[in-house]
Amino acid sequence: MEQVVMFLKQVINGVQVGSIYALVALGYTMVYGIVKLLNFAHGDFIMVGAYISLFAMTGAGMPVWLAAVIAVAGCALLGVLTEKIAYKPLRNSPKLSVLITAIGVSLFLQNLFLILFTSSPKPYPNTVNIPAVNVGPIQISGVTLVTIVLSAVSMIALQLFVKKTKMGRAMRAVSEDAQAATLMGVNVNHTISLTFAVGSGLAAIAAVMYCTAYPMVDPYMGSMLGLKAFIAAVLGGIGIIPGAMLGGFAIGLIESLTKAYISSQLADAVVFGILILVLLIKPAGIFGKNVGEKV
Amino acid sequence: MKDTVKVPWKAYILNAFCTVLIFVALSGMIEAKVIDKYIQGIIMLVFVNIILAVSLNLTTGFLGQIALGHAGFMSIGAYTSAIITKAVKDLPDGSFLQSLPPQLIFGVALLAGGILAALFGILVGIPALRLKGDYLAIITLGFGEIIRVIMENLEITGGAQGLRSIPGYSTKYFGMCYWITILSIVILYMLVRSRHGRAIMAIREDDIASEAVGIPNTYYKVMAFSVAAFFAGIAGGIYAHYLRILGAKSFNFSRSIEIIVIVVLGGMGSMTGSIVAAIALTILPEALRSFSDYRMLAYSIALIVVMIFKPSGLFGRYEFSLMGCIDKILGKGKKRSKETAAEGSVK
Repeated sequence: MEQVVMFLKQVINGVQVGSIYALVALGYTMVYGIVKLLNFAHGDFIMVGAYISLFAMTGAGMPVWLAAVIAVAGCALLGVLTEKIAYKPLRNSPKLSVLITAIGVSLFLQNLFLILFTSSPKPYPNTVNIPAVNVGPIQISGVTLVTIVLSAVSMIALQLFVKKTKMGRAMRAVSEDAQAATLMGVNVNHTISLTFAVGSGLAAIAAVMYCTAYPMVDPYMGSMLGLKAFIAAVLGGIGIIPGAMLGGFAIGLIESLTKAYISSQLADAVVFGILILVLLIKPAGIFGKNVGEKV
Repeated sequence: MKDTVKVPWKAYILNAFCTVLIFVALSGMIEAKVIDKYIQGIIMLVFVNIILAVSLNLTTGFLGQIALGHAGFMSIGAYTSAIITKAVKDLPDGSFLQSLPPQLIFGVALLAGGILAALFGILVGIPALRLKGDYLAIITLGFGEIIRVIMENLEITGGAQGLRSIPGYSTKYFGMCYWITILSIVILYMLVRSRHGRAIMAIREDDIASEAVGIPNTYYKVMAFSVAAFFAGIAGGIYAHYLRILGAKSFNFSRSIEIIVIVVLGGMGSMTGSIVAAIALTILPEALRSFSDYRMLAYSIALIVVMIFKPSGLFGRYEFSLMGCIDKILGKGKKRSKETAAEGSVK
């Protein structure tokens, strides 16, 4: 019995982390789907979101929801600006150049924040004061509950946005065929900006939730988180929104179970090992379709 | 065709002469204490970065496959060679291995590190190189991280504490490191200019077309990848015996990024570019110590700006040729340029 409880606890942990990964993975996947760009800087958008919300709360004394809204707005703006300044001039360049630019943006953000706020981690205020819920012998903390619920709500909202609204349809059209979308009167540039804004906004929500669970903010916090979320996106099939959600939860569960039952040091290696397996066996991901190569 | 190719002996002799000259100048200055320990250390890092950048250029510049796990191979070489030299040093006095000259042991250790790194290069390369572009970048990053995590958790590598008191052979045998660096450049340059090198570049230009004309793509991809890994291992060995401490975080993801920055800024497909960029990007931050906080910030901005305005890097695919340069000055450039095009820039 005790072992079952322990296992369930790990599963809940995994779902909590996984929902954060899923939110970040959504940003990766949306951007990749629309511009075929692996946005290496996405992980650092999380870090920026964390700092914005931190200063909104400690500096300006805002409540957590307002801080989150400001972080979302700030990150969305950052995403749009990054796209306009760094990625747009390279839209027709070889993949290698774009990838290296994305790495450059990531380095830039990390080092800018390193200079501004030093490398020492800043404590994040404890904001969620919701009592823990007992389900039988398992106690679920308020933070966990809020994280899971909030990310589920965000994902449903995103799904509705993409499927039901005109802008969402434009997004899907551009990711399918940008040229044809242009001919149908879709403003491709606006749609790409919007995608970056939505993806980065999700990263900011993930940032607030991540920091509530692990209350430390430092300039490098985004890189590992971003990498794992990217793995989640690849696992589910990059460019596919439901794939990112599934991948996020899968990676979260695998990581937390590895930490609990195998070795906490090797958890990262296991996650990367999964990435390698996925890429070797089914590079298109779980939900991906294999597309033939045109010569 | 073969017998019409003229061997540019003059150029070989000139280049060899110049490398010897630089060596004599450097070792003379060390002897005369013009170069102190600190500057000597920087030069050592320049050597390490040159080998790393030139070898990564083979995969990224000439093969056209972006690899983000070079630090992983570097760490394999570093740990392997450090474990060997440490083991020999810790042997009881008077044993046979200890009576051998330490240069030999250092050399063998470096070679062993390089070979092990190359083996891992083959192991990683065979599955990874089935992928292209972004996916290859990510999978190499993944392998690099796995290698790092495993290295940090093995007992033989000292676990999280790392290896300590590695013999400081790199500083002691400065000349040897210099010649290893030169040799690495020469070998890689010859490889690129050979039949194999042309096959590698054909894959970069169009892999489907190269496959169609009968180039075994997979073979050449794995070969280039493992050769690059070999030299990364050698560089790691020199680095380990210079630093004398190997710890966690010595070979993380940002280390790989630093190497790729050098390659990209110098020019993908230009060995001259890699060498110049390696020298500049190692010396500049040391020279501008007071701005050292801003170093990585400047790197990243430079990276973005170069990609937007000159995606081929500073040197593009240009190779500096000493002989061609002299000919140009003497005004016989056009007549000889075809001959000298075949010869290289050793330095």
